[in-house]
Amino acid sequence: MAFNGHQRDDDTVDEDETPTKQPRSNKEMPGYFRSEPGSEAAAPAGRATPDRRSSNATARHRSDSVKKTRPPFPWFGMDIGGTLVKLVYFEPKDITAEEEQEEVENLKSIRRYLTSNTAYGKTGIRDVHLQLQDLTLCGRTGNLHFIRFPTHDLPAFLQMGRNKHFSSLHTTLCATGGGAYKFESDFRTMADLQLHKLDELDCLIRGVLYIDSVVSSGPSECYYFENPTEPDRCVQKPYTLENPYPLLLVNIGSGVSILAVYSENNYKRVTGTSLGGGTFLGLCCLLTGCSTFEEALEMASLGESTRVDKLVRDIYGGDYERFGLPGWAVASSFGNMMSKEKRESVSKEDLARATLVTITNNIGSITRMCALNENIERVVFVGNFLRVNTLSMKLLAYAMDYWSKGQLKALFLRHEGYFGAVGALLELLHPS
Amino acid sequence: MAECSGIDSNPSSHTMDKSITLPPDEIFRNLENAKRFAIDIGTWELKTFGIIAASDKLYEISVQEEVTARLHFIKFENAYIETCLDFIKDHLVNTETKVIKATGGGAHKFKELIERKLGLKVDKEDEMTCLIKGCNFVLKNIPHEAFVYAKHADSEFRFQTTNPDIFPYLLVNIGSGVSIVKVEAEDKFERIGGSSIGGGTFWGLGALLTKTKRFDELLQLASKGQHTNVDMLVKDIYGGSYGCLGLTGDLIASSFGKSATADKEFSKEDMAKSLLHMISNDIGQLACLYAKLHNLSRVYFGGFFIRGHPVTMHTITYSINFFTKGEVQALFLRHEGYLGAIGAFLKGAEEDNPNQYSWGENYAGSSGLMSVSPDMNPMQRARSGTFDMLEMDRLERQLVNLPLLQDPSSYIPDTVDLTEDALAREYWLYCFEEALDGVVKRAVASQPDMLEAALRAEKFRQKYRHKLQTLRHQPFAYGSLTVRSLLDTREHCLNEFNFPDPYSKIKQRENDVALKYYQKAVKSLEELSWEERQFALVRGVLAGNVFDWGAKAVSDVLESDPEFGFEEAKRQLEDNSGVDIILGVMPFVRELLSRGTEVVLASNSGPALNDVTNGELQILTERIAAMDPVIQAGLRDDRLMLVQSGSSSPCLDLSRLDKVLAMVVRERQTDLVIIEGMGRAIHTNYYAMLSCESLKMAVIKNSWLADRLGGKLFSVVFKYEVPAGKPSQDCETSTPS
Repeated sequence: MAFNGHQRDDDTVDEDETPTKQPRSNKEMPGYFRSEPGSEAAAPAGRATPDRRSSNATARHRSDSVKKTRPPFPWFGMDIGGTLVKLVYFEPKDITAEEEQEEVENLKSIRRYLTSNTAYGKTGIRDVHLQLQDLTLCGRTGNLHFIRFPTHDLPAFLQMGRNKHFSSLHTTLCATGGGAYKFESDFRTMADLQLHKLDELDCLIRGVLYIDSVVSSGPSECYYFENPTEPDRCVQKPYTLENPYPLLLVNIGSGVSILAVYSENNYKRVTGTSLGGGTFLGLCCLLTGCSTFEEALEMASLGESTRVDKLVRDIYGGDYERFGLPGWAVASSFGNMMSKEKRESVSKEDLARATLVTITNNIGSITRMCALNENIERVVFVGNFLRVNTLSMKLLAYAMDYWSKGQLKALFLRHEGYFGAVGALLELLHPS
Repeated sequence: MAECSGIDSNPSSHTMDKSITLPPDEIFRNLENAKRFAIDIGTWELKTFGIIAASDKLYEISVQEEVTARLHFIKFENAYIETCLDFIKDHLVNTETKVIKATGGGAHKFKELIERKLGLKVDKEDEMTCLIKGCNFVLKNIPHEAFVYAKHADSEFRFQTTNPDIFPYLLVNIGSGVSIVKVEAEDKFERIGGSSIGGGTFWGLGALLTKTKRFDELLQLASKGQHTNVDMLVKDIYGGSYGCLGLTGDLIASSFGKSATADKEFSKEDMAKSLLHMISNDIGQLACLYAKLHNLSRVYFGGFFIRGHPVTMHTITYSINFFTKGEVQALFLRHEGYLGAIGAFLKGAEEDNPNQYSWGENYAGSSGLMSVSPDMNPMQRARSGTFDMLEMDRLERQLVNLPLLQDPSSYIPDTVDLTEDALAREYWLYCFEEALDGVVKRAVASQPDMLEAALRAEKFRQKYRHKLQTLRHQPFAYGSLTVRSLLDTREHCLNEFNFPDPYSKIKQRENDVALKYYQKAVKSLEELSWEERQFALVRGVLAGNVFDWGAKAVSDVLESDPEFGFEEAKRQLEDNSGVDIILGVMPFVRELLSRGTEVVLASNSGPALNDVTNGELQILTERIAAMDPVIQAGLRDDRLMLVQSGSSSPCLDLSRLDKVLAMVVRERQTDLVIIEGMGRAIHTNYYAMLSCESLKMAVIKNSWLADRLGGKLFSVVFKYEVPAGKPSQDCETSTPS
């Protein structure tokens, strides 16, 4: 989720936040990027900086006390967005016999339920292909599972938590996203659960940096499209996100947030737009009568947006050379729909495709402007709008490359929508 | 350069009001003297048709034969293109024209039709070039062209003062798509970006969602809807605000985010509103990003999406305020719909070098902003047969700032802005309506030999009354409403019905009488002591100032008592002098000259009420010089100069003065400016700050105004000002009056 245009670069807000969070130490995070040498340490004490988190002074003695501070199982991280709830669950695989005996029945049942199914209820889904194997977290080894369900099914989830006596496990449930605030009281009253609420942008960045650092085998976490402007030669290629700063992080959920990230602890929200994944789905539902993201995408893949949009060549008969506008560029999204005849001749698939193209291109152009204003050349797109949405990713890659004349590179991450939830889990394991 | 082709032979065609339904041939018949034309054809909306016509004026008395070239622009619907072309064929093609300039997306589509109908070659001009040319033109030439829109303010429209320094600026043109153009100089501009989400998206997507076909109807729907039923707000996700980012709960997090469901119905109004917000916010955001990247603070919005629609101006303004936190203001243009046509026309007239002229909006011939109010009749604005017009009079001179203005960029000529002051507005509108009978009578009397004068005067009455009524409902129709604009509108309406100078006879009669008294008056002044004489001179100027037919209090007396004259006026002021210029100003000038002071006497370029024009003043001064060696020597030695002000108004805009006057002021290092008269020193320039000493003098000839200023009718204003930091000095100077 995201909002319109708030830019956060003031340094006054930090005072409220710094006491509640401190970063992990680098030692604990194998493969974690080193921040610029000395940049943090060199900052004079007490100086107000625009960083969201300021220092890591308390982190260094943590490794000794890992065991002591390790929270009890189960380990969850949750991100409750406007449309989807994202849940990550760490399944320990190194459980000793002693532990097995001590493990309470509730805990065992939750673990079995989550790991033996790939679908929960009517709408819950475990993204098995994203599962991370043999991960070491807080000295424990196990698998990280990625689960999602629609936010409107949260009551069913809470009911399940109540039925399984989740509250008896005395675990802290770390949650981020707007829903952590909106549904806090529901968690308490319906499931007797106390939420530990976390800032969604903090979690997002923490999650992105962590996942990218721990994925070493299997498909590369970060990738890009080679030859984005040539459809026939456009292929997905792995990308090593070493020394990633500065980067522009564009999170496309129901809405869009655009963050400029200068270091692990230094970022600002540049702007956002309300034209996001929610807009795509909302308009598709109204225009085509579909009801799910998958349906909408399926229709879009079959449609032709040029029947709906008015192109530059529709107006000028070809390129508008005076301004370097190619004939194929969209001059007016849905512009052909001003004509009654054309409205009657387009298919639902065409409309779905045009909606997808409109929203995607718009995100692309706002992103490009932010990159120029912030002087950043690398853009990482995340968020569930991109899930199974190669069309949009290729469009974004194309738009970044074409309009910047090759200056901007669009990068994508495999765990596109789960970073907030991962960040929340990390907060549970390494509380600030 | 305009070739006049005789008096407009069909004054009856003037009777229509320019923004109501009319047979198109009548609209076009107006333009029989047209010399040159250009056309702007939108893809599917209105066309604008620009034409230059020469109309010469009936002007019996002055030695000048004033010929005014006038630019006419007409906006009309596609349906009338053929009628328009027929008219052009019948009336214009017999000139040497071989090529017609055309622009707009539709130029492409109608090229063949135009070429076939007219046998002319269509010369397509680049749309954006024309748009920018037109934009530069209106920003430079039309006062109060740009405005800020504030829906909930006392006056929705806040007009910007004209600043000759218009560059650089950003023009965001919202047509079916959006073009964002950075303009750095007259011929230097660049399309720096754009967006495909524009007016076409609102219209196309809106038509799909609501089954409502017309753009205006969609806007109507939107103005009634609740976007919160369709949009996902921050509070829908957070339950409240997202405090640590400072995002309030009412912000839209995801446009149409609530409609992502198959089992709920949404109202047309709500969807239209949500769509309008989505598109306006998106355009506003992009505009801000571009403005920031290019470091520009002036951002103008235009295109059919804006075109005077309060709904879209409001949402765009809101978006700009939000994204820039108030640092950038969204600016709109009164004549935004004419830019392409103006630009195309100027392209065609390039060999004439339009920059050597100045232009003024003719209030009589132009339909105002929102000529048909969307609130009064929402559906009428785009109904077939609606014509919008803009007419501009060309002055063969360039108008510039008075070099002595302390801060030209903040100078506002008018003392009271009637768009903001409702009480004053009511009074003055009433006042002008009350005075109308007298003006009509005067107009008829001024042309005793012309039989149809009464008919024309009646048409003038209808037209001006209608203008006043329009202004009562839409004070913003022609920019800021001021006493000056009301006076100017009356002059323009009189002109339109061939009463260019209803007072010429009276002026002549008065001048003749006054000339007889001149020598006597000078003699009696010379007999006074120096100090007595100074008082007498000032009283003389002020007494002369009473002879003002524009002021109702005075004209009532003058009309009712034909014997009332100079003697009465002087008694009223308890002293003695002559009729304004001859017995008031000239002796004053004479005194200055005899002290060795150089005097620049500035007067109107064209007639307005009974104010003396430069042409008349030339003749009068020569006649006086024949009687008076002091004046004669002054003229001979170039110590007395008569210069035209560039104005044809009873008021004075010091930011639009004749270039020659400005040059003289600079060359002669003028160090005192005297402004005389109610129109020039009270209604305008009362608060004007000059960089040299100034003297503003007038008699308050209006009881309401006298009350407002805390005085009585016929009180005297004598305002001597020394700019801060300058020591007061003796007046050793010249006096534009």
